[in-house]
Amino acid sequence: MSEYLVDIRNLRLSFFTPAGEVKALNDVSIQMKQGEVLGIVGESGSGKSVTAYSLMGLVPEPGRIISGTIDFNGHRVTEMTEKQLREMRGNEISIIFQDPMTSLNPVYTIGNQIEEVILLHTTKDRKAARERALELLNLVGINEPHKRLRQYPHELSGGMRQRVMIAIALACEPKLLIADEPTTALDVTIQAQILELMNDLRKKIGMSIIMITHDLGVVASMCEKIAVMYAGKIVEYGTAEEIFYNPQHEYTKGLLMSIPKLNATEHEKLIPIEGTPVDMLMPPQGCPFAPRCNSCMKICLREMPPYTDINADHYSACWLLQKEAYESLKGGVAQ
Amino acid sequence: MSKLVEVKNLKQYFPAPGNSLFSKRYLKAVDDVSFYINKGETLGLVGESGCGKTTTGKTVIRLYEPTAGKIIYNGEDITKVNMLPYRRKMQIVFQDPYASLDPRMTVADIVGEAIDIHKLAKSKKERKERIISILERVGLNSEHANRYPHEFSGGQRQRIGIARSLAVNPEFVVCDEPVSALDVSIQAQIINMFEELQEEMGLTYLFIAHDLSVVKHISNRIGVMYLGKLVELASSYELTFHSLHPYTQSLISAIPIPDPQVSRTRQRIVLEGDVPSPLDPPSGCRFRTRCRYATKICAEQEPEFKEVDNGHFVACHHVTK
Repeated sequence: MSEYLVDIRNLRLSFFTPAGEVKALNDVSIQMKQGEVLGIVGESGSGKSVTAYSLMGLVPEPGRIISGTIDFNGHRVTEMTEKQLREMRGNEISIIFQDPMTSLNPVYTIGNQIEEVILLHTTKDRKAARERALELLNLVGINEPHKRLRQYPHELSGGMRQRVMIAIALACEPKLLIADEPTTALDVTIQAQILELMNDLRKKIGMSIIMITHDLGVVASMCEKIAVMYAGKIVEYGTAEEIFYNPQHEYTKGLLMSIPKLNATEHEKLIPIEGTPVDMLMPPQGCPFAPRCNSCMKICLREMPPYTDINADHYSACWLLQKEAYESLKGGVAQ
Repeated sequence: MSKLVEVKNLKQYFPAPGNSLFSKRYLKAVDDVSFYINKGETLGLVGESGCGKTTTGKTVIRLYEPTAGKIIYNGEDITKVNMLPYRRKMQIVFQDPYASLDPRMTVADIVGEAIDIHKLAKSKKERKERIISILERVGLNSEHANRYPHEFSGGQRQRIGIARSLAVNPEFVVCDEPVSALDVSIQAQIINMFEELQEEMGLTYLFIAHDLSVVKHISNRIGVMYLGKLVELASSYELTFHSLHPYTQSLISAIPIPDPQVSRTRQRIVLEGDVPSPLDPPSGCRFRTRCRYATKICAEQEPEFKEVDNGHFVACHHVTK
C-alpha cells in the first residue's frame, strides 16, 4: 500500500470535441499525504477542476483518460467499476462546488438532502440519520438547525447554502474533501466565515482538503502545499512558503507580481503577464507558457521542459532552471 | 481641484413585489448618498453584493432616474435635463464582457455606434480611422475590427468594451466591476490600461468593485457602502490603514492576503451572520445587527455621515474626533 492518500501519476486526459482533441491534462502527477491541504491554482481552463474530478472518477463526456494512474487510499480509481465509484463518492471523497445555488436540489428540503447521503452510505435508519443531520448542521454553525432541516434551499442565503453543502460533504466523515472554488460566489465577509469553518473542521476531523481556486489570497491562508497549473500541466509545486517567497517558474512569478496587494503602503506598478491564455485546441509546441514568457529561449518553443527539483518539497518545470543546473554542472566539470 | 461630478442626497428606490393598493413597499437600493469626484481623480466604491454600489454608478449617469437627490456635472444640475449631450461625456464600462457586447455586431460597429449617434465623424474614412485609432489605444489592431465578439477571449472583449466607451472621448467613465470576470493574469493588464488611459486622456473614473485590493490600487479615494448607505469615505491610504468604521475594518480583515506568513498570523474579525434584507433594513444604523460595538443609540438613531478628519468621512455613533 502506498504511503500517500492521493497518488496521481502521469495522468493524461483529453476531451474529444467536434473541433478537435483538447489535451486537458498533460502528464499530471500529484501526491498527497493524509491530513494535508493542497491548493491547486491556475486560470480558467488550466485543468485544475478536471484533475480533482478525475480523482472521483468523474470525467465528463467527451473526456477520456488516455494514460496514467489514479490511486486513492490504496485503491486504483482508474480501474473501479461504476458501483465501486459510487460507494467511494460521498463516503471517502466528497466535493463542494462553487455555486451552492445550483448544486442543491431546489425541490427537496435541506434535511432530506443531508439524510440522503447518510442513508445511502451507512446502516443508520431514518431517525438516526435525522439526528446525524442535526449534529452536522450544528457542526457547520447553522443556527436553529431544527427549523432549517425543514426548509428549502431558496429560503437560505448564499453563505448558509454553502454551509449546508459542507454539511452534506462531511456527512460520512470523508478522508478527502475537494473544494472547487468554494468561496468564489460569496462576499468577502462570508468567504472569511466559510474559510474559518473549513479550517476548524479540518482540525476537528483531520481530513485532507484539495482546494481549487484562482485566488492566491485564499491559498495563502489555507494551504500547506500548492500546485500551480498552466495549460493542463503542473508547472510548479511546493510548500506555500516556497511558492510565495521563492517562486521558480516564470508563470508563478508573473502571477505574484500581477496582483494588487492590500498591505502595500505605496502605489506599486502592477506587472501583468502579457498575451492571452493558451488556446487549448492549438497548444504551442514546447513549454505552453513560452509565448507569454519574458525569458523565453529557443528551446522553450521546441521542447517541454522536464521537472527540476529545487528541494525535497519543491519542483518546477522550466528550462531556465535546467540551464542553471546544466551550467553549474559544466562549471563543476571544468574546475 | 475642481469637482467634476457631485451627488447630493441621492436616493434610488425600486418598487418591491408585494405592493398592495394601499401600502407601497420600496427597496431602498441607494438611500441618501452624497459624494463628489474631482477632475482627473478616481473614486472607488466597494461593498458586498446588494449594497447599492452598481445602482449608484448607474444612477450617477442617469441610466436610472433618481428617486430624489441631485446630480451635478461640471457645475450644472443634470438631474432632470435631456441627457443626450451629456452621454458623450459620461460613459460606462460593464462587468460582464460576454453579455455587454452585441454578438451580431462586428467590433467596428460596436465601437462605431456611439460615433454615429453623436455624429463625431464627417466621412466614412474618418469614422474608420477613429475606430482603428481607439482600437489600437486599447491594445487591439485594425484586423480585429471586422470580427465578432465571440472570436475574442474575455480580456480582449473587455478591451472592446473599453474602446466602445472611449470612442466618443468622454470625460467621465463609470467602471462597473470591469475586471472581476477576468483571470488574474489578465486583470493586471486591464488595470494598467485603465491607469494609462486616464493619464493620456485626462479621464475621471468612478471605479466600482467588490475587490478592495483592486479598488485600493487604482483609486485616489474610496467609499464603502453597506445596505444602500455610504458608511465611510477617505483617501485609499487612510481607508486601508486607518479605517474607522467597524464594517470597513472587518471588510479589510476578511480579505485574504496573498502572503502565507501574514495571512496565518494576522487577527481576523469574522463578522457574524449575513447582510440583512434591503427590503427590511434594521432601524438606526444599518450595520448594528452585525456590529461588535453596537449599543442602544445605534438602534434608535441613524448615525450622521460626518467628517472626522481632513477628508475622512464616517457614519458611526462610536467614532468621534
